[in-house]
Amino acid sequence: MTFRLEARGLACERDDRRLFQDIDLEVGPGEVLRVEGPNGSGKTTLLKILSGQLTDYSGELHWCGQPMRRARSAFLANLLYLGHTPGVKAALSPLENLAWYQALCGERGDEAERMAVLADVGLHGFEDVPVAQLSAGQQRRVALARLTLTPRPLWVLDEPFTAIDKHGVARLEQRLLDHAQAGGSVILTTHHELAPLGELRRITLGHRACSVAGE
Amino acid sequence: MWAFIHKLGSPKWFYAISARLQPWFWALAILLLLVGSVWGLVFAPSDYQQGNSFRIIYVHVPAAILAQSCFVTMAVAGVIFLVWKIKIADMAAAVIAPFGAAMTFVALFSGAVWGMPTWGTWWVWDARLTSMLIQLFLYLGVIALRGAFASRDSGSRAASVLALVGVVNIPIIKYSVDWWNTLHQPATFTLTERPAMPVEMWLPLLVMVLGFYCFFIALTLTRTRNEILRRESAKRWVRELVAGTARRG
Amino acid sequence: MQVVEPKAGLGVAIAATVKRDLTLMLRRRSEVINPLVFFALVITLFPLGISPDTELLAAIAPGLLWVAALLATQLSLDTLFRGDYDDGSLEQLLLSPQPLPALVLSKVLVHWLLTGLPLALMAPVLGLMLALPVGSFAVLALSLALGSASLSLIGAIGAALTVGLSRGGVLLSLLVLPLYIPVLIFGAGAVQVVILDGNAAPHLAILGAQLCLALMLSPWAIAAALRISING
Repeated sequence: MTFRLEARGLACERDDRRLFQDIDLEVGPGEVLRVEGPNGSGKTTLLKILSGQLTDYSGELHWCGQPMRRARSAFLANLLYLGHTPGVKAALSPLENLAWYQALCGERGDEAERMAVLADVGLHGFEDVPVAQLSAGQQRRVALARLTLTPRPLWVLDEPFTAIDKHGVARLEQRLLDHAQAGGSVILTTHHELAPLGELRRITLGHRACSVAGE
Repeated sequence: MWAFIHKLGSPKWFYAISARLQPWFWALAILLLLVGSVWGLVFAPSDYQQGNSFRIIYVHVPAAILAQSCFVTMAVAGVIFLVWKIKIADMAAAVIAPFGAAMTFVALFSGAVWGMPTWGTWWVWDARLTSMLIQLFLYLGVIALRGAFASRDSGSRAASVLALVGVVNIPIIKYSVDWWNTLHQPATFTLTERPAMPVEMWLPLLVMVLGFYCFFIALTLTRTRNEILRRESAKRWVRELVAGTARRG
Repeated sequence: MQVVEPKAGLGVAIAATVKRDLTLMLRRRSEVINPLVFFALVITLFPLGISPDTELLAAIAPGLLWVAALLATQLSLDTLFRGDYDDGSLEQLLLSPQPLPALVLSKVLVHWLLTGLPLALMAPVLGLMLALPVGSFAVLALSLALGSASLSLIGAIGAALTVGLSRGGVLLSLLVLPLYIPVLIFGAGAVQVVILDGNAAPHLAILGAQLCLALMLSPWAIAAALRISING
């Protein structure tokens, strides 16, 4: 069974200010969708709607043909969302952080697996150090380790390249590409210039109109 | 049915229909309040124990009843807003909260004034007054929470949830306080039981209660209309309305 | 890539959340100890402010102990969701495929284990200082243990509503304290009844009933409030 996230005529109004309207989009296996637009155009809000956090929209949102309201738990089991804040606890070690995230998905997982994933994002030797002692970029990497640790078909990433060094950016780009080629899909926002990524589509939010363009 | 409810939820439609309703409620409110006060203050017989001081009942009891109804109305409006996302309900809840708080304060104040000749002191930790005081704090909490959010939409939702939590708790608080203060006067006036007061006394009270309710409805309609204009000021129909009024004026 | 079917695993998620919160609190032990110190400090203020007369103190001790414990619980609530909100893990908690009320309940459980329960165990010592009759200590501790669980649950609603606000502290008290009144009445009442040689069982039963009601309703209210706050 394949998956598909579909939005029809999506519009969001907050405090009587219209953020965007008439957004149609569709994301399926192997597709990367980049949401673009100036500051304050509602990129984060759109991502929050698409990840099922905000229900305050008009229009339709479907997951695998079912309205989001009903498909919510099935949808969340397939989603990996990374927001502005990395979502890692400063007082816990990277290992403990990852163990909690695995458990939230109902998986026990094992230590060796988590160690391997942390080594993969370049945190070898930092597994047991409290996250508070890591740099901002390293904290981001702890969050990014979840991409491999808990495989999910749909990734929604809000500015995933923030605070990461050049080498890390290249690794993450490769990671996104691999994910798309393996039949996953990515929705992301970034101010960073992306290297050519497989089948990249763009959606531009602006104060006036929004457009969807293929590449 | 659903179409009707959604139509009612449309600010523009509500604005039009409330324009026709509000003069009637205002007229009725003024009439009932005038009749009730004159009847209650001048013609009703004085109490054999409390003399004329009992007449404050004609303000105290309606205010207390209304204060409770307002909270329930506010919570119901909150549910309608949370579940069906009908904005009118939230606008109504926003204007009811300060009114309910004011009514609670009137009930407390009149209770204190009544307490002076009856108990010989301004404040007694009587069960009804204590519940009222707690209810005032609940109202203030809802109002404060609504104002604390930077985003008005979030403030509205948070206030709705709190109103709902409050309305579940009010009976529990009331029974706890009653239990705590078992030596309290029985409630003066209930619509279900046969009142112990003579007819000449409770009939004006009934008129006053109805008058207070009409006043509440009329004021809520008027203030909700203002709120609609304020929130929808960017919408076309409001701009047209304002332009039209300006031309006529 | 295949669609992932939602796994059950709620037990795993709850156990992990409890463990995580316990670990976090025990790594910052001051957060556990501060409410207890606050409790002792407030109790110390009363004899200084009123009178050291043991008879008078014994008469008002149940109320004093309960009010002070209630304030201590309330003050510790502000941090219940704030840390998670600030570092973004609250957002992730809300996006987990598990039912949110259950996860929230496990967070509240940890709060009670590390605040309410220690306060209940500590109360008899402070009761001793207030000349409370020794016979009432068991009921004092039991009533506080039962009651503080309700306080944690009710207070968590307020904490969830104000977590998105930068200065929610005083507002939180304003929202939560009126809702604490029924618990206070029956909790302090239970201790008073024992002092007067009565039977505290009805009071404790009502405290238990309040806890059941809070357990049933508040997780949903907390979950709804968190969903609102996260998008504040």
